[in-house]
This record gives sequence, C-alpha cells and structure tokens, in this order.
Amino acid sequence: MKNLLLKGGRIVDPSQNVDVVGDLLIENGKVKAIGKVASLPKDCPVVDAKGLVITPGWIDMHTHLREPGANQKETILTGTQAAAAGGMTSIACMANTSPVNDNAFITSFIRERAAADSVVNVFPIGAITKGLKGEELAEIGSMREAGIAALSDDGHTVMNAYVMRKALDYSKKFDLTVISHAEDVNLKGRGVMNEGFNSARFGLRGIPRTSEDLIIARDILLAELTGARIHIAHLSTVGGVELVRIAKKRGVRVTAEVTPHHLNLTDDAVKDYDTNTKVAPPLREQHDVDAVREALADGTIDVVASDHAPHAIEDKLVEYDLAQFGMVGLETAFPLYYRMCLKNGVGLQRLIAALTSAPAEILGIPKGTLKVGADGDVTVFDPAAVYTIDKTEFRSKSRNTPFHGWEVQGKVRYTIVAGRVVYRSEGSIAQKESQ
Amino acid sequence: MANPLIQNALGTRSILGTESLSASQIRNLLDTAFFYRTHWREGKPSPASGKTVVLFFFEPSTRTRVSFELAAKRLGATTVFLGNEGSSVGKGETLYDTAKTLEAMAPDLIVLRHPSAGSPHFLNRHLQVPVVNAGDGFHEHPTQALLDAMTIEESKGKIAGLKVLIVGDIAHSRVARSNIYCLKTMGAEVSVCGPPTLLPPKVEKLGVKVFYDLNEAVKDQDVVILLRIQFERFESGQTPSRGEYSRYYGMNARVMALCKPDVLVMHPGPMNRGLELSTEIADGPHSVILNQVSNGVLIRMAVLHLLLGGPVMKERK
Repeated sequence: MKNLLLKGGRIVDPSQNVDVVGDLLIENGKVKAIGKVASLPKDCPVVDAKGLVITPGWIDMHTHLREPGANQKETILTGTQAAAAGGMTSIACMANTSPVNDNAFITSFIRERAAADSVVNVFPIGAITKGLKGEELAEIGSMREAGIAALSDDGHTVMNAYVMRKALDYSKKFDLTVISHAEDVNLKGRGVMNEGFNSARFGLRGIPRTSEDLIIARDILLAELTGARIHIAHLSTVGGVELVRIAKKRGVRVTAEVTPHHLNLTDDAVKDYDTNTKVAPPLREQHDVDAVREALADGTIDVVASDHAPHAIEDKLVEYDLAQFGMVGLETAFPLYYRMCLKNGVGLQRLIAALTSAPAEILGIPKGTLKVGADGDVTVFDPAAVYTIDKTEFRSKSRNTPFHGWEVQGKVRYTIVAGRVVYRSEGSIAQKESQ
Repeated sequence: MANPLIQNALGTRSILGTESLSASQIRNLLDTAFFYRTHWREGKPSPASGKTVVLFFFEPSTRTRVSFELAAKRLGATTVFLGNEGSSVGKGETLYDTAKTLEAMAPDLIVLRHPSAGSPHFLNRHLQVPVVNAGDGFHEHPTQALLDAMTIEESKGKIAGLKVLIVGDIAHSRVARSNIYCLKTMGAEVSVCGPPTLLPPKVEKLGVKVFYDLNEAVKDQDVVILLRIQFERFESGQTPSRGEYSRYYGMNARVMALCKPDVLVMHPGPMNRGLELSTEIADGPHSVILNQVSNGVLIRMAVLHLLLGGPVMKERK
C-alpha cells in the first residue's frame, strides 16, 4: 500500500512524450495521476520536487552482480544498493557468475536472492551457451520460464557463427533479445588497451577496433538472416556506429548501448598505467568518443548502460597486463551521461529515453514509463547539483573507477520503487521491507 | 628508509623511461658517464658508497643485470639480486607485496626488469625509493638508450643532426622505443625499418620515418641499430621464417655496400649471428657492439651516482 505524491517537479517521460511541470501521484504502488493532482488518498507522504526532474525509474540493462561465486567483489545486496544510489530502479545482471547462469536453477537462485535482498527490480540475463563456452546452447527455454529477460555470453564472444545463428533462431520462440559482446578473440589476442598511437607509445598490446567491428557486422548479418533481435553491448567504435546505423536503415532488428566510460574517456587515460582504465572493449580515441556521442544523440545508439563490473582491490593492484578488465559504474553512470549531454547538446528527452523506455522495450519488461497504471518506479534528480565523485562513499563493494575526484553535475535525489522511496541522497538507503 | 623527498641533481626521483627525460637531463647523465670512463678506477668514495641496490629481475637477463651489478660495485654499493625463480614471486606473491616487503628492508634504490609494461611506474607509485627501469615489457629500456646515445656520441662526436636507423622487431622492442625518444630529444633524425607485421600501428606518430625496405632505408644513415629478434615471432606466425627475415632485414656485406662508408653498426645484444647481422659485420670495423657493453656499465654508474644524490660530473677539458 504505497502512496506518494511528488509535487511541483519537471516531469520528463519520453514514453508518452511528456515534459511538464507538475505533480506525480503514486497510489498502491502504481502511477495514479500525472500533471495536476486534485485529491490525495489517505496516508500519502508528499515530496517537494521543486527544481527537480521526475522521470520513469531508470533501467541499467548491463551490470555484473558477481553473486553467486565472487561475493568478495559484489553481492546482489550490495550491487542493488549501488543501483538504488545511482537512481536505477531496475537492473539486468549478466550471466558470467560462478556457476554461470546457464540453467533455470541459477536463474531461480538469483531471482530468489534478489527478492530477499534487493530494493530494486532485478532481471537476470541467461547465458547463450553452456558455461559461456560458445559451443552448445544453454537451456534457454527453462531459463525463460524461470525469469530471464535476455540472453548473453557477455564477457565472451560466441566466436562460432553457426552457434550464434542457432541462438538467434531459438531466441525467437521465447521473444528474447540476444546481447552481443563483440570482440573477435583471435584479433584481440592478448591485447589490453586500444590499438593506436598510445599503445605504440606505452608498449602495451593493442586491441584493434576491427576486432569489435567484425563481430558487430557478423551479428547484424546473422540477425538479418534469422529475423531475430540483436543488441550490441558497450559499443565503442566509430566503425561499429556506422554498421549499426546502416543496419537500422535496412530494417534489421538491431539495437545498441554505450557506457559512461566510452562516452567520457579516451585511451589517453591509460597514460599512467592506472589499471582502473582497463576495460573491455577498451577505451578508444577521440573520434570514437565523438561518434558514440553523436550516435546516442541521433538514436543510432538506443541505450545507455553502465557495464558495472566490480573487482576487488587485489584484482587491480597488479601489473596492467595482469589486471582484470572492467570498472564499476552504477553509482557514477548518471552524472557522466548527463555531463556528456550538457557538453554535446543531447536533449534530456533523448537521454531519459535511453535510460527508461528504450531498455524496457529491449528487455520486454513493463517498466520505463509513467503512464497511468504503470508500476510506480520513479527517479528524481537535481539537474543543478554539482558535486565530486568520491569512491569511498560507494555502496558497491568495489572501488575500481577511474572517475574518482571528477566534478560532475546532476545528482539523484530520490529513487522510488513501486511507490516506496528506496534511496534519498541525504539519508541512508532503505532496507528490504519484510512482507 | 630512503628520504621520500630526495632532491638530486638530475631532478627526478626515478628513471622510468627516456620519454620523460629532457635534453638537459640526458646531457647530465652522458657527461657523468663520460667522467666515469676516465675516473672510475680511482676508487674515490661515491654517492653510492655503502648504499644498497636491489636488482629485481622478473625476466632472464645476463648483460643488463651484470652491468648494473658491476656499476653498483664499482661505486662501492652493495647489491642484492632477486629473481622470480627461487623467490616468493614464484610462490604467487604479487609484485605489490614483494615490492613493499623489499622496501621495508630499506634499500636505497630498486632496479626493475619486468615483462609487463608499466611495472616500474607501478612500483614508483607505491614506493618511496628511486626506481630504475631496466626494461618493462615492450615499453622502455632507458639505460640501453642512454648507453647507445653515449656510444654514438663517443664515435661520432655528436648526436644532433645524425641520421639513425633502427631495424627489426620494433613492435616488441623496448630498446626501439627508448632509443626513439632519447635520440629525438637529443636532435637526431630517427627512422625505423622492419617487416610490417613487426611495426607497431601508428609508429610514424612517434616522429620517425618508416621503411619496409632495408636497402632503401640504410642510405644516408650515420648509425644503424639492429634489434634482436625473438624466435617466438616466427613460432607465433608474426613473420614467416628466420630465412626470410635475414634475407630482407639482415645486415650483411651486400647491404653494407649501400651504407655510408663511416656508418656505425650497433646491436643491444644478445645477437643472433647470421640472423640480424652476419658475423663479418658483427666483428667488422663498423661495429661498436662491444663499446656499447663497456659504456653500459658507465651509464649505469652515472644513473646510480645521480639518483643517489651525487652532483653532475663533467670532464675538464
């Protein structure tokens, strides 16, 4: 029985083309009214949202929660608290846990643990292939029944085109999008950073853009062949953008996402061998950053997602060659998206769509909208607040970020799930309510 | 423990690469090395006397290690060698822990050879003692470049304005990178030549001319530096065979005939005779390969002398 009135904020909801100053009423955990609210139900707290922006609850469709198997890096509890602190009301978690989420048992485990521990909605992503090995299809149907929202071997590329084709074919029966981690492993070799001038300078093995572009091209062609839906994870190259743009024009069912780090950093950041800059795909060059920003602005890239990849201190306190790939992102994603929007004139409607309606549509989940009757998942942020990213304040168990100390603008004030405030910026995070 | 605020005449706590050294810093290192060429036998106390130098070698090395060890001992320092075999590194200890443990034993300077680029930078960030990079992956090998610069200056009387060609596996060579930075800073014109598969992409952006053809590349060069080729490059399919390599990129009498008559031939060693260069060239009148070895000790003496607080030494003429 969750009621809440958000009063006098700027309501931005791309799913119904809304951008008005007004009130939002949530009654019994569902959106009841938007705009002018005449009468309140009994027992309805009121939040003054003057000067704040009210949007559908944000969705991060690309995270790694590490549970089961690597609880020292993150758990479903800490990862979802980080999500709430970052304004995310729903997240999808990748299958590369240990054991891998390649069967209904693990899917159920994640769902049950999330039901017990999480204050946000968790949508597991099932593996495409057993053990992420790229050889045999995982039990996709059973996982679908247990609650997966998409398929991905993220962290690994399904290198065998035949297997990928079969996965795409099979996914059609279950109405699942296949998410492609696009890196040709042979061309990537033992590379640890983008191949270019900086890899020549720093003496590190390079990963050419072509290793990403090849798989993007292949998966677009396979999606065209099968008529299935492909989603390109963490798109980072100028060539990849072009491939997706052309494919969309041709009517291929392809969507794409971009991360906060690929929108904000180039491989210059690798300069001092800071292992927190080591990520897959690697940080690219300025013209790639320009291309993904432009693609997000014009809708070629549909979604923003953090690729939250927590690692323990000891995973990163090593030589650059030996460090794990990945960085945390849930708690820093929004201001980094917003920073890029302010600098590049990407409209707020476009950014919010990339955080709400677009990922909801790809995952096929009834989220990302404030239409009357929808779940009362809402994110409220202060567009004017300026602050400094401080990794010591993260809810995540891990601190592997290259953004520590960055001054950013745009702060999450309230994260609301089904009408209940689960995070407020000046207070502690809510615990899971016993029901 | 060493003073974290060490102020030395060189103006840098550590030597991690030549990319970050200025012309005057290189000049001071070369001058001090030339000073020791004349005076090292005098047995006077040096800034390194009684200090402890740790030689921390994660990769097999003979000459660099012996060269540093000799340099330290000639200056009256004690050396401790730590290799990855027989140390706790072989038991899975991380570089960070090994280095912190070492530092707790209060050495005055650490020399690091490591297969991963950036490892000396990692140590330098986490430790207070001076760190000297003795080779990090494919990245840099600054003392090799300094000894090469010294050898060139010794033979040619100058570096500025000379044309220097580096031949071979540039992509996987820390010697190439350090030489490019050092020689360019000192005013030389640097070119590289090798099979396209063994040149790093965008190498031209390092400010060098790029050649695939050795016959064309050697023309007008004052110095030709041949790099060692690892047999791994053939095994991993990066270039077809030893025979083809020596046919296109080996220095022999035929190629020598295309060079300037006073060209210097250099090699950082250890060389593969008959592969990178023929025996007649290695032992011939143009070769200064053994001078490089001798100067290597002097350069490392200069590095230790300056990083351990000594003044810049200049030979009175």
